[in-house]
Amino acid sequence: MTRVPAEGKLSQNVMHFAQALRRAGVAVGPDRVLDSLRALEVTGVARREDFYWTLASVFLSRREQFELFDQAFQLFWSSRLLPESAVAGLPLAAPSTGPDREAPPGRLADALGLTRKARLERESPRRADEAESAAGASQIEALRRRDFETMTTDELMQAKKLIAGLRLPIPAIGTRRLQPDSRGRFVDLRGTLRASLRGNADVILLRRRSHQHRHPPLVILCDISGSMSRYSRMFLHFTHAITNDRDRVHTFVFGTRLTNITRHLRHRDVDKALGAVSLAVADWSGGTRIGATLKEFNLRWSRRVLGQNAEVLLISDGLDRDAGLGLPQAMERLHKSCRKLIWLNPLLRFDGFEPKTTGVRLMLPHVDAFVPAHSVESLADLARFLAPAQQDQRRQ
Amino acid sequence: MSQHSKTVPTSIDETLALLASGEYVAERSLATAVFLALRMQRPLFLEGEAGVGKTEIAKVLAGALGRRLIRLQCYEGLDIASAVYEWNYPRQMIEIRLTEAEGAASRDKLEKDIFSERFLIRRPLLQALEGPQGSPPVLLIDELDRTDEPFEAYLLEVLSDFQVTIPEIGTIKAAEPPIVVITSNRTREIHDAIKRRCLYHWVDYPSAERELEIVRRKVPGVAMQLSREVVAFVQQLRAVDLFKLPGVAETIDWSRALSALDRVALDPQAINDTLGVLLKYEDDIARVRGAPAAGLLEKAKAELPAA
Repeated sequence: MTRVPAEGKLSQNVMHFAQALRRAGVAVGPDRVLDSLRALEVTGVARREDFYWTLASVFLSRREQFELFDQAFQLFWSSRLLPESAVAGLPLAAPSTGPDREAPPGRLADALGLTRKARLERESPRRADEAESAAGASQIEALRRRDFETMTTDELMQAKKLIAGLRLPIPAIGTRRLQPDSRGRFVDLRGTLRASLRGNADVILLRRRSHQHRHPPLVILCDISGSMSRYSRMFLHFTHAITNDRDRVHTFVFGTRLTNITRHLRHRDVDKALGAVSLAVADWSGGTRIGATLKEFNLRWSRRVLGQNAEVLLISDGLDRDAGLGLPQAMERLHKSCRKLIWLNPLLRFDGFEPKTTGVRLMLPHVDAFVPAHSVESLADLARFLAPAQQDQRRQ
Repeated sequence: MSQHSKTVPTSIDETLALLASGEYVAERSLATAVFLALRMQRPLFLEGEAGVGKTEIAKVLAGALGRRLIRLQCYEGLDIASAVYEWNYPRQMIEIRLTEAEGAASRDKLEKDIFSERFLIRRPLLQALEGPQGSPPVLLIDELDRTDEPFEAYLLEVLSDFQVTIPEIGTIKAAEPPIVVITSNRTREIHDAIKRRCLYHWVDYPSAERELEIVRRKVPGVAMQLSREVVAFVQQLRAVDLFKLPGVAETIDWSRALSALDRVALDPQAINDTLGVLLKYEDDIARVRGAPAAGLLEKAKAELPAA
């Protein structure tokens, strides 16, 4: 086995590689670099494959990062691109590339310093940022984009106040975890024993515990098609507020395709968050394919975000371009996978409501609670509609 | 424990051989992660779809290394009392009554007595830290994604220092860290702080070649032709848009089922009759049953080398 010198070209290159990964968006902390060097001492660098998997197991922490790592590895550790072929002792066999490997994305090549532009940018990091966001924008130029107006300070203050008082029609549910409670159902034997030893009364007072209550995880599916465009800005403000107000919230938007915007909404600042969303979503104000996008959600996401008794808040007007193709099946699957499915419909008034459109007729049997929110124009309206008294509880 | 415990492998090839001796056919990438976990004494974090053999690794490691396997099955609300330790309250109460009946014992002494190791019930995590010298056990923390965040946070302390603190006794530290395998089905994202302390590996569905080897090893009685066709069919099935793709466990079960039915080759009828072994959702079964299954079988057979 080849020993890896602690200070040498290889360790430097591993460090550079980690930096490149970091620039490309894989969070690799300095601690992991040290770990990787220790790991390499153990596995050795005699085989390229082992070298590859050693770095992978230390640097990666989720599956999505793998593609980026793979491409970065092939680019970085091929002899042509390494400065002064510095990999002492590293076998540079032909990369074990698959037949259908895609070309590396521009961002990655930049991160690895493979383009002249990147080299320039390294000297002025701010310009690099600008370049990246510009590149991101141009990629979706062809698709429809929607810009959010920024909120005025007054509006923001008002919104904050409203959101503080806003109550989702989702009560906290009991968890299996217990907490001390003098009127609880369960006897806390440990607390009782300790207390009995501390005092000197002859009577042992029972300490009690009860179930903790906590908000269930919430998944928000928000329709952003053309017919919803009047409302989408407001609903996104609303989801941003919920995301920052409680833990375990996942947000998806859909029109003709499904986009997970959970991470974009985590910005503290609402304008920045919505700006990020606006860039990430490619199908603003287009048509709606509710059946197809819900099916995609069921296939790709439901098992990952609907665990632990999640509740789903579906915000849609039920107008479906595909005329309900695949909609009942997708709704049924969604309904069965979550604890409670709440449908917030901003279009239809409850009084004299008739399920006329195909989409609405097909979706209604599969929801637990239907919250009609006619003419919601502001957060204030939304708060009014979400008040518990307004709900039509339709649990079968 | 009582068995002769073997030393950990010294190379990736030895790790592969070790896993193979426990009838586990592993990709080299997985063996690398296992080897590193053993040598660097780091927990191994395995993520992947259900039925790809994550839990099995811990069992095989324990068996092949001759170590004790301690399993902590996670569930919502798992707390210290059922994961780490608990006091034996009935015995403590009896002890108090006895001491009182005997007469004046000071309260301080009594407290020290009843909160001593004699009354401690050891749960899996504590057991794992108190393994025998020279052969620490394998600790399997199964389906970590089923617990809640508070338990994850607690686990952080255990996994970084391999110690637990019991207020009444003090800190118990492992003489030698146990071999820790954590699995997750990814029904929610595990916090990065946990992952950072571990070596991460995503366990994927195996290639056709490897899956065939797994079936051959796990179901030795099955006809060669049948196992080839079964694997080819399942590989085709994984390309279909299904709600739940069949894992390796399902492939093995299906091979067993077909061989119990005395089949020596696959035909559409046999597939339709036994589809429930492979697919566990009614929508998926309805989608594949009949003509689609026959089509997949034809494709699978076409890809097989003429045997």
